[in-house]
Order: sequence, then structure tokens, then C-alpha cells
Amino acid sequence: MEYLYLFLIFFKVGIFTIGGGLAAIPLLQEEVLTRGWLTNLQFADMIAVSESTPGPIGVNIATYVGYSQYGILGSIIATLGLVTPSIIIIMLIAKFVMHYRDNKYVTGVFVGLRPAVTGLILAAAASIALISLVDIDLFKQTDKLIDLFNFKAIAMFFVFFILTNKWKQHPIYYIAIAGVIGILIF
Amino acid sequence: MAEKIKGSIYFKLFAVFFRVGLFTIGGGYAMLPMLRKEVVEKYGWATDEEMLDYFAIGQSTPGIIAINTSTFIGFKKGGILGAIFSTLGMVTPSWVIIISIAKFFDAFADNVYVASAFTGIRVIVVVLILNAVINMGKKSITNWIQAVIALGAFSIIVFTSISPIYVVIISGILGIIISSLKEGAKT
Repeated sequence: MEYLYLFLIFFKVGIFTIGGGLAAIPLLQEEVLTRGWLTNLQFADMIAVSESTPGPIGVNIATYVGYSQYGILGSIIATLGLVTPSIIIIMLIAKFVMHYRDNKYVTGVFVGLRPAVTGLILAAAASIALISLVDIDLFKQTDKLIDLFNFKAIAMFFVFFILTNKWKQHPIYYIAIAGVIGILIF
Repeated sequence: MAEKIKGSIYFKLFAVFFRVGLFTIGGGYAMLPMLRKEVVEKYGWATDEEMLDYFAIGQSTPGIIAINTSTFIGFKKGGILGAIFSTLGMVTPSWVIIISIAKFFDAFADNVYVASAFTGIRVIVVVLILNAVINMGKKSITNWIQAVIALGAFSIIVFTSISPIYVVIISGILGIIISSLKEGAKT
């Protein structure tokens, strides 16, 4: 019964989250705090771990919260609850889009959507650049312009930008190399 | 024989999304470079344009983008079972990693080596997303109106707190208007 309840809570979060995993955080926060499952500090720690480990943030948080309350089975049920609305809704939409692929309004919508999503993805890259290439907190403390830029990170950015365009290897290689370099220089 | 081929597509979908889930840090759009490499370049399951369509749909429908996009590709390639296998592939690395951290490494987030490695990885993630955007932009932006839409979407997200959902809705409407006007101009 408790597992069904857990499933329904995350099912609800899955339905009402539109966009990235970060959009799920306020919804989840309310659920876990009002139920007294976790303190705000515990929840904040879970967000930090979920953001810095592999996998979609929303799935990571659901797994973490589910595990903290009901163990391994709880983590699996929480995640299944979160993804079930996606599976149902997306399959309905996929059927619709595949069926009306040649409809002029459907193709027209995508004429506008494709460049817009390209812009959205670029914005996602910019937000990661803002936390990794510059150090706003340090700049606010010292007020020196030189402290605003993380020069090691910026140098690494340009070197890898050239390398990735010269040798088109699988992203996995570059991620692994960057992790090792990170340990050595930061 | 047919069964064998069918079985192998489900396994392949699971394996591809397992890899994407394992090497995506930050979720959502950060998985684009991996997804593009596997789905567009390696297996040819979708074109660059279709990939952008899936992200647009994933962004503007209930559920998290990463799951919505993997479900869409899986459904297109392998029907309902394909959708389920793709999604399970995507979430399995999360399960294993998060449970291990919760169980064994309480100090994971405070570990100085882990923190340094992720600082380095975040830099490369910016590079990889930028490369993917350049590649896809060549196909998604073919005229000046589309360039304005892309720049507008970027600026709205970076400089305002307007939700991306509105960007998606408005650009979709603009797309219909643009293509209707073009059609009108032809006839």
C-alpha cells in the first residue's frame, strides 16, 4: 500500500513537471517536506548530488528520495512513477506526429520550433559556462576583474574546442579526459 | 530470425540510452552531444532536424525532457516496447549510481577529487553542447527569420525568467505563420 502511495506521489510530480528535471524540484520539495520525510537541508544535499552525478537530474532525485524512505524497491517505484506519465503522453503524441507528418500545419510548427530549440540549447550551454568559466562569487568578494574569470577553465575550453573539431571522437573520451585533467589542475 | 532482429533492437535501444544516461551530467539538454553521436551519427535512427523536434516536444509536454526524448526515439524505432526499453536504459545508471552513493559514500559530494573532476567535466560539457548546436544550427537555421527566432529564444532564456514553454508555443505559432505566408507568396 505504501509503495502504491509512493508511486502515485511521483506519478503526480511527473505529470505536473514540464521541462527539465530542475522544474520537478519545487513540486518534490513540497511533497517531501509536508510529509516530514526529509528536512530542507537533507533535500538540498540530495539536489547537489543529483546535479553532479550522471543521469537526468529528475530521475536522480526521485531515486534518492525513494531510496531514503523505502530502500531499493522504493527507489525503483519512485522512478517508475516519475517516468510513467512521460511514456504514456509521449507515445500518444508520437503516434499523432507520425500520422500527421505531412500535414502543412504540423510541418509549419516545426519550421519555427527547430531554430527556437537551437536557441534554448545554446542557452543551456551558456548557463553551464556561467558556473564553470567565470567565478562570480569570488568577484563579488574581491571586486577585482581578474578574479571574475576562471583562466584555467577558459584555457581548457578553447583547447578542447579546437581538439574536438579536429579529432571527432566519441564524447565519452573527452568527458573522461576532462575528468582527469580536472583532478590535476583544479 | 525476425524475432532475433526484433530482440536485438530492444537490446540496442537499452544499451544506447544506458550509455547516454551514464555519461550525461546535468540532465536535459546536456545529453544532446551524446544522444546526437549515438542516435544520429552512429545508428541513423533520426536526423538532426527530427532530434530538435523531439527536444521541442520533450520540453513542452509533461515529464522531464531526458525521459520524454528517449521515449520518443524508442517508440519510433521499436513501438511500445522500444519506448519502455529506452526509458529503462536511461534510468538504470541513475539507479545504480545514486543507490551506491546513498549506501556507501556519504561524503561523495564533499570529496575534493570528485569535485575537481566535475569542474573539468563541466567545461567540456559546454564545448560538446556548443559543437552540437553548431552542427544542428546549420540545418535548423536556413533563413534570417529562423536566425531571429533562435537568437530571440536564446535571449529570452538567458536574460529573462520567462518559461521555455512560452518560447516553444510562440515559435510554433510563428512557424505556422511563416510557412503559410511562404505558400501564399508562391501561388
